[in-house]
Amino acid sequence: MRLLLRGARVVDPSQPIDEKIDILIENGKIVRMGKNIYKAKTQNGEESPSTLKTLDLRGKIVVPGLIDMHTHLREPGFEYKETIQTGCEAAAAGGFTAVACMPNTNPVNDNRSVTESIIRRARECNLCHVYPVAAISRRSEGAALAEFWDLKDAGAVAFSDDGKPVMNAALMRRAMEYACSLDMPVISHCEDLHLSAGGAMNEGFVSTELGLHGIPSMAEEVMAARDILIAEFTGTAIHIAHVSTAGTVRLIREAKVRGIRVTAETAPHYFTLTDEAVREFDVNAKVNPPLRGVEDVAAVREGLRDGTIDVIAGDHAPHAMTDKDVEFDEAAFGMVALETSLGLSLKLVSDGILTLDQLIRKMSTAPARILRIPGGTLKAGAVADVTVIDPAAVWTVDRDRFRSRGRNTPFHGWDMKGKSVMTIVGGKIRHHEP
Amino acid sequence: MRLTKKDLLGMKDLSIDEINLILDTAESFIEVSTREIKKVPTLRGKMIINLFMEPSTRTRTSFEIAGKRLSADTINISASTSSAVKGETLIDMARNLEAMNPDVIVIRHGASGAPHLLAKRIRQSVINAGDGAHEHPTQALLDMMTIKAKKGRIAGLKAAIVGDIAHSRVARSNIYGLTRMGAQVAVAGPATMLPRFIEQMGVTVHHRIEDAIRGADIIMMLRIQMEREHQNIFPSLREYAKYFGLNRKNIRLAKDDVLVMHPGPINRGIEIAPDIADGPASVILEQVTNGVAVRMALLYLLSGGKA
Amino acid sequence: MNAKKVVMDADGIDRSLTRVAYELLERNKGVEDMVLVGIQTGGVFLAERLKKKISRIEGADVPMGVLDITLYRDDLRTSNRKPRLGKTDIPFSLDDKIVVLIDDVLFTGRTIRAAMDALIDFGRPKLIQLAVLIDRGHRELPIRADFVGKNLPSSLWEAVTVSLKEKSGRDEVIIEENP
Repeated sequence: MRLLLRGARVVDPSQPIDEKIDILIENGKIVRMGKNIYKAKTQNGEESPSTLKTLDLRGKIVVPGLIDMHTHLREPGFEYKETIQTGCEAAAAGGFTAVACMPNTNPVNDNRSVTESIIRRARECNLCHVYPVAAISRRSEGAALAEFWDLKDAGAVAFSDDGKPVMNAALMRRAMEYACSLDMPVISHCEDLHLSAGGAMNEGFVSTELGLHGIPSMAEEVMAARDILIAEFTGTAIHIAHVSTAGTVRLIREAKVRGIRVTAETAPHYFTLTDEAVREFDVNAKVNPPLRGVEDVAAVREGLRDGTIDVIAGDHAPHAMTDKDVEFDEAAFGMVALETSLGLSLKLVSDGILTLDQLIRKMSTAPARILRIPGGTLKAGAVADVTVIDPAAVWTVDRDRFRSRGRNTPFHGWDMKGKSVMTIVGGKIRHHEP
Repeated sequence: MRLTKKDLLGMKDLSIDEINLILDTAESFIEVSTREIKKVPTLRGKMIINLFMEPSTRTRTSFEIAGKRLSADTINISASTSSAVKGETLIDMARNLEAMNPDVIVIRHGASGAPHLLAKRIRQSVINAGDGAHEHPTQALLDMMTIKAKKGRIAGLKAAIVGDIAHSRVARSNIYGLTRMGAQVAVAGPATMLPRFIEQMGVTVHHRIEDAIRGADIIMMLRIQMEREHQNIFPSLREYAKYFGLNRKNIRLAKDDVLVMHPGPINRGIEIAPDIADGPASVILEQVTNGVAVRMALLYLLSGGKA
Repeated sequence: MNAKKVVMDADGIDRSLTRVAYELLERNKGVEDMVLVGIQTGGVFLAERLKKKISRIEGADVPMGVLDITLYRDDLRTSNRKPRLGKTDIPFSLDDKIVVLIDDVLFTGRTIRAAMDALIDFGRPKLIQLAVLIDRGHRELPIRADFVGKNLPSSLWEAVTVSLKEKSGRDEVIIEENP
């Protein structure tokens, strides 16, 4: 089966390219890009419409398949929150052709068998690529290193104790050194657990008014600073997950200037919402790191604009009602993201903060490069992972129509402009909205 | 003027008119409590559930007496553990209570926002009897009633609130109420007890008790929670009592006719010296009396025919 | 429509009260054991006036109290409207007293029922008597006034309003069709 994507504006930051051009896909790979491929093919008699499926994509934007490098698919262990199947359905519906999933499952993904089982389940689902992130420490307890080589062999693409940050700096140093020798990235969830202990939201005026225990921005920043120092001292690389504070943006910016190998991601909620969203004790706005202040949101947006923050990743964290429908202090941290990420991120383009090229770089090309995985490009020969965006589509977020099992979003009812209408994974259409 | 709210969740939501209505109504109820038959038939046949998810004697008893003086049936439900630990969620518990058709649910809960969660889910009126470190509106109202009775007004007075502001719902509710009614509020405590950006609530911030109580018409001393010593909020009770306690010496900085208040229960000799707690400036027992009247007023104003 | 009629002016009200004062003294053979209790708010002003008249006629000071019956009303359960609470102030014992309850308008009788319940919570009077300025009929309870300033037959769709100087600056009783 051959697929011709015709008439769309193609934006590929890896080449870079931004023009109206056709794309031909064959055997799951991109064969060529060019003007009027269709006309040429049919005129030469090479091609009959019966063997070539042509998609008329005029008015649409074709980009390299989006990659969310920070998701929680909850399987194994928490299938009542999400499964690999529902998570992948949500990913495909949200325009993602690949996701990396964090190891805080049950059991924790700290050994080959868990990694392999995730990959096997994802293959069975056959909706999008799933790249497991393995734990840094056994059971993510922060004491002893997991078997990095074995995990890499099994298919893990990075190491992280996401959600259970490595408090021991010596262990973090060893993890970064060992991973570097394997050419594997380490992803750091920066949170000093002593500083954040008991916290339920950002420490600021809102937490003062609500009488909720606050998580100071410094709880993130001291750990970001620590990991940057380790990277500098050892010459290894670090990827800072879900940057939420102005201080972290500044630390990363300065580190990059000094040539330290640091990359960073943020999530749409950190450049969209402030801690005011928690005002009415809305548990759907309870995330970790917490939604921050106005200055932090401005700094994160500036960090995205000036390139300090390389990646937008959703930190998709589905929960069941039972995890959320409780007192604010007791409610689980996290919100779903896969089906709202692109809509919220496109707002950065209409706000003039990013060009479309820069946005796609952060949602596809950069995560592919950081995780050393295929994708992030539409170059000939590349795997045919493609997302088609309708920039004019106006829609309203309806959590009851999510493919994800999670309904925990503060964006329910929000109006969005622009959405993914087709997701092509390995040349196969995995999601299509008429 | 009437109270159109379904619930009383916090002082932050109350307008000046609403506060005055509650205080005026409460004043009328003071008389009922002085009668030989301290009971009126007003809420006969109404059911009030006191849901106390955190230990409390004073507030629970006060609500219970208030309900009984209005002839309502009051039922006390106490749970020492949080709902999540018990396995039943607050929502489930609320739905069960709702099915028993009470008219008002009074809730005390260790988690900020728990009454708000309840109020959103059930038809009945919810009164916040203290949630986490968030609000304790009936305490603020009884404090304001006491101040008004003694001083004749609230506007223009200088009030000092001293102690662990960060963990105090009493402080927050009083800050909202007193500032709205036109009083000047100063807070004092070691920096570890003063939450960030507290000044944005319209108060002045001090790190010495002397600076806060100088020229004050009202001094509110907050109860020090002993267990905070272990969280390094303060080094020792001895040091706290010495540098932040109200005593015969530092009280002289306040106005001669200063009122000394305390939400209770008192740690004698720690936040307040015994001779001050029992002295002429102390209105701590009037606060308790007024507490019943304020709660009667709220039960009266909130419980009623279905809309 | 909406015809408004003054049925009593200031002189009329005053003459009626004077007569009621004489009747009170006559019926009770003086002021011994007599106390006046005015029902908030109109009854309180009338009680004050009666107290003055009695003092002028008899040269005696009759104790007077104020009663707010809101907490004893029978319509709190059905109505969402909460009347503003007034003061109750009865600074003397009612035990073995002749209590003269005073109100402005006697209508359904429900206010008087509430007032009597309240009085009984305060003590055990020897006798309760009822004095009103206007009796407009339409009783819903078996209650009858002992002293009436004026009987005013009215229909249910009419409103009877007693204005008193102390509150509204002028003395008059008005009957009008319910707006």
